[in-house]
Amino acid sequence: MLAVLLLHLVAAVLAPVLVRWWGRTAFLALAVVPAAGFGWVLSRLRTVTAGGEVTERIPWVPALDLEVALRLDALSLTFALLVTGVGALVLLYCARYFEPDDEGSARFAGNLTAFAGSMLGLVLADDLLLLYVFWELTTVFSFLLIGGAGTKLAARRAASQALILTTAGGLAMLVGLIMLGETSGSYLLSEVIADPGSGPLLVAGTMLVLAGAVTKSAMIPFHFWLPAAMEAPTPVSAYLHAAAMVKAGIYLVARLAPGFAEVPGWRPVVLGLGLATMLVGGYRALRQNDLKLLLAFGTVSQLGFLMVLVGSGSRELAAAGLAMTLAHALFKSTLFLTVGVVDHATGMRDLRKLSGLGRRLPSLAVIGTLAAASMAGLPPLLGFVGKEAAFTALWDGGLPDRTAAAVVLTGLVLGSVLTAGYTARFLWGAFARKPGCADSDLVHPPGALFLAAPATLALIGLLAGPFSPLLEPLVAGYADTMPLLAPEAEKLALWHGLQPALLLSALTLAGGALLFVVRRGVFRTQRRMAVGASADEGYWNTLQALDRLAVLVTGTTQRGSLPAYLGTILVVVLALPGSVLLFRAPWPGEWRAWDSPIQALVGAVALIAAVLALRIRQRLSAVLVVGVTGYALAVLFALQGAPDLALTQFLVETLTLVVFVLVLRKLPKDITERHRPRERAGRGVVAVAVGALMAAAGAVAMSARTATPVSVDYPDAAYDLGGGQNVVNVTLVDIRAWDTLGEISLLVVAATGVASLVFLRRRTGSVDRIDPVQLARQQRTSRRAPRGQWLAASAVLAPERRSVILEVVTRILFHTILVFSIFLLFSGHNEPGGGFAGGLVAGLALVLRYLAGGRYELGEAAPVDPGLLLGVGLLFSGGTGVVGLVLGVEVLQTAILETTLPVLGDVKLVTSLFFDIGVYLIVVGLVLDILRSLGAELDREVDEDDPIDAAPGEVIAR
Amino acid sequence: MTPTVVLPVIIGGLYAAGVYLLLDRSLTRVLLGFLLLGNATNLLLLSAGGPAGLAPILGYAEPEEMSDPLPQALILTAIVITFGIAAFVLAIIYRSWRLVRQEVIEVDEEDRRVAARSQTDADDIDPDDLAPEDRAAMHADTFAADNGDGDGVDPDLDVERRLARRYSGIPSDDVDLPPTRRRNR
Repeated sequence: MLAVLLLHLVAAVLAPVLVRWWGRTAFLALAVVPAAGFGWVLSRLRTVTAGGEVTERIPWVPALDLEVALRLDALSLTFALLVTGVGALVLLYCARYFEPDDEGSARFAGNLTAFAGSMLGLVLADDLLLLYVFWELTTVFSFLLIGGAGTKLAARRAASQALILTTAGGLAMLVGLIMLGETSGSYLLSEVIADPGSGPLLVAGTMLVLAGAVTKSAMIPFHFWLPAAMEAPTPVSAYLHAAAMVKAGIYLVARLAPGFAEVPGWRPVVLGLGLATMLVGGYRALRQNDLKLLLAFGTVSQLGFLMVLVGSGSRELAAAGLAMTLAHALFKSTLFLTVGVVDHATGMRDLRKLSGLGRRLPSLAVIGTLAAASMAGLPPLLGFVGKEAAFTALWDGGLPDRTAAAVVLTGLVLGSVLTAGYTARFLWGAFARKPGCADSDLVHPPGALFLAAPATLALIGLLAGPFSPLLEPLVAGYADTMPLLAPEAEKLALWHGLQPALLLSALTLAGGALLFVVRRGVFRTQRRMAVGASADEGYWNTLQALDRLAVLVTGTTQRGSLPAYLGTILVVVLALPGSVLLFRAPWPGEWRAWDSPIQALVGAVALIAAVLALRIRQRLSAVLVVGVTGYALAVLFALQGAPDLALTQFLVETLTLVVFVLVLRKLPKDITERHRPRERAGRGVVAVAVGALMAAAGAVAMSARTATPVSVDYPDAAYDLGGGQNVVNVTLVDIRAWDTLGEISLLVVAATGVASLVFLRRRTGSVDRIDPVQLARQQRTSRRAPRGQWLAASAVLAPERRSVILEVVTRILFHTILVFSIFLLFSGHNEPGGGFAGGLVAGLALVLRYLAGGRYELGEAAPVDPGLLLGVGLLFSGGTGVVGLVLGVEVLQTAILETTLPVLGDVKLVTSLFFDIGVYLIVVGLVLDILRSLGAELDREVDEDDPIDAAPGEVIAR
Repeated sequence: MTPTVVLPVIIGGLYAAGVYLLLDRSLTRVLLGFLLLGNATNLLLLSAGGPAGLAPILGYAEPEEMSDPLPQALILTAIVITFGIAAFVLAIIYRSWRLVRQEVIEVDEEDRRVAARSQTDADDIDPDDLAPEDRAAMHADTFAADNGDGDGVDPDLDVERRLARRYSGIPSDDVDLPPTRRRNR
């Protein structure tokens, strides 16, 4: 079964290409795919009618208990035959429906084939969630098929309307399916139906699932999307909106009925909505002038009929329902295809203007009449058999409650009268010669291939009537799962003898004929009785109200001020966690003053610096005092017993200062005050409150530390598994390496962001190297003697901007610092250090070179693209994970390789070292990127007076 | 464990200063506030990670005497990330200054525009107002259309113009962005 579904998938992917190669002929090849599915399903007929079933189960997401569980039983087989058979014929029909040069047919072919596959999956699925997946897939493809190329407003609106309605129902259904799955304890559809469980959750879940079925099958009050969807090309209407997609709801109800018909509320909802839909659909079909719309409302009406039959939960009605489903699919798709031929041949579908087509297209008229006769319930067609079976069933059984059965029977007879009426109107409208109306011209007379699909379907409908006893084993295979309420089970047959149902059938036909004869009166009455409101307008008003609400909510909450948003968040933090802290927190019973007096001293320095940062309005000084808090923090880290942290904090603080200076040199000296005193006071209150809250949280957190920490085994694990003595470093590169991988990825993004904010249109600028040719030219014009290039600045910096001593010292120290950084990197596994610290030290070395000698000195020091460093670093770190996998351990777990080399002796190599090298490269790349963009590029703009500004006319969103 | 007085006081002080700066409109001060908040949070994490101990390096200390290594590893990456973000915000400050000679968090124009749209509808038109060929299929067959007298729709006006006329005061999202102010050199 999975193979058949995959075949559809492959065909759908290939379809656009095929159509581009072969034109519309490609549809013939595509039709083979559902035809193959049809053949496969048919080949299983014997197994299934013998009482067996075909199942396939493939695990998909074991953690979610989700599996591809497929099951073919009598019900699935019936629907699968319809889906594949009608699908194949509709694709065949498409080969002539589309013009050879139609633009959208490639996309259409792919969508339609994919839809056929999804629909087949839907009727085969035996897992609740898998069913839902296929269910939504059909919704999506239906959206694409209705919308078409998206150039027509009406088609767009119809498509989104169908999507919104069926998806809303689908989401309700998902919740319902989960409820049902949880109630019954299994997500296998067959097991859920066998034992649905009980309780209020079951009732709620059933109602939600019914909501899905009701929207999908266009029941009242959601019926209006189906007529609107007639914007789609006719093959889509014939397939999706007659045979397949709208039947999904019928299928689901039929599937659940054996287990759920007795659930409270099931019968009122299903029977009530079904009857109402049948009557309203038939009533509205009587006044349509567009043939396709007439059929669409007829479909709505018939779907209501089917819903009543399959939802009743009795053997005899279910059998009638299955037969009627087959009959409806056959005649309704035939009729749609017929209208398609009429539309194609004459270019119109208005039954007031069409005239004399019966004489001009006799074969089409025969096809259409056969199908219409089946719809009206004329013997000897399958429609008659199904309707007879339904009437017979309700006459003496069908529902547990006799009154309900009588009401339903009356409703069905009334609905059938309407059906016969609009059927006659359809035939008259499509084929009759009308007085005062010129005969319609045939622009494109249909060929044999164009008529093949409707002819086949009509013929099957004709033959299936007399041969209906052959369908009995299949229908019984499903219907026997439900209790028999009538005295005896009627078998499907054309002739049951003279009995009440036959009389009822005759009555419906007579009533239909009467409706047709007085059609003008009916039309006038309908116009007089028309009400202003409609479900369609209700839908539109609902959407409008939703939109207004959205504008209202957005307008009230989004005031556009970032401080206001932040303030709101902080106030909520104060209110919620704050109140919990006040009333529920375990307050510490005893306090210590400090760990050591130095701690208090350093803390005082940090606090004083923080207070100064609030008062100082000079940018550089403010940055410096904030830096002081950072350095103070480094000391606190060291006192707490965290040398790695202290080292990193110290290096980062220094680098931060440098970067600040690089940018602040371009800004004015002071920060202007933009806040009124009242605002400042408010901010102060919030700030003090948050500070108090966090201090209290810190104290409570400290005293609440009573459980054994998760890291208690880290030291041993670090040495035994990670092969290192520095526990923090091993934690970074092995135990929690996934965290680190995410964090260095963030650094790469930040570095790229910095560069793109400065360079705007490129990832990075070219590396500033001294060009020998240019240098030679300069030297010729200058009076100074040629100089060597040991110090790049000597050639490019003005003497007054240089400090030769600094340049020389830097130049001498540079390599030493680099070596030290590499030492930190390699020793980090066992001593304080590691990739972060090493990379920061190397970055500081580059900073020194840049500060001392300017941008050319930087180019000489690091003649590489920072993007390259970042990429290689990420590759190293990520690659280590893969290598670990190859060496037989988990992703990112350390593998230890030990070997003896001739000169070096015993060498112990841990793969996490390469992870750390990646971290090192990324940190260096980050620093280099910052220096390149915020340093060198800003210099270049000043030097060459070439600021990257917006080109005239260029719009920069800000 | 018994909490110290000093650490919560430092944490609270840094948080208070950080929040005060964060609520400023000047981007530089926001960034300084962000750094202070980062420092305060790192200290909070570390202090919640247990009392002071010896460095978590085997060979220097026994596992029982060590300070907890896990918060340290988390803080270490946090420090470096704070640096990366700070650099990014600085680049934003620079860009903002280059473009508009300001480094201020302005009021979001788009938000104000939405707030001003108190009673407008969505960008959709009542089906009855559409030109007949644009209506949903079932609307083409309403009784009004049967009468042939129409319902006041002027079919010449296309939909876009109709939308524009209805919402004349509100510019659409993709047109008329204010031109970028050129730098005076």
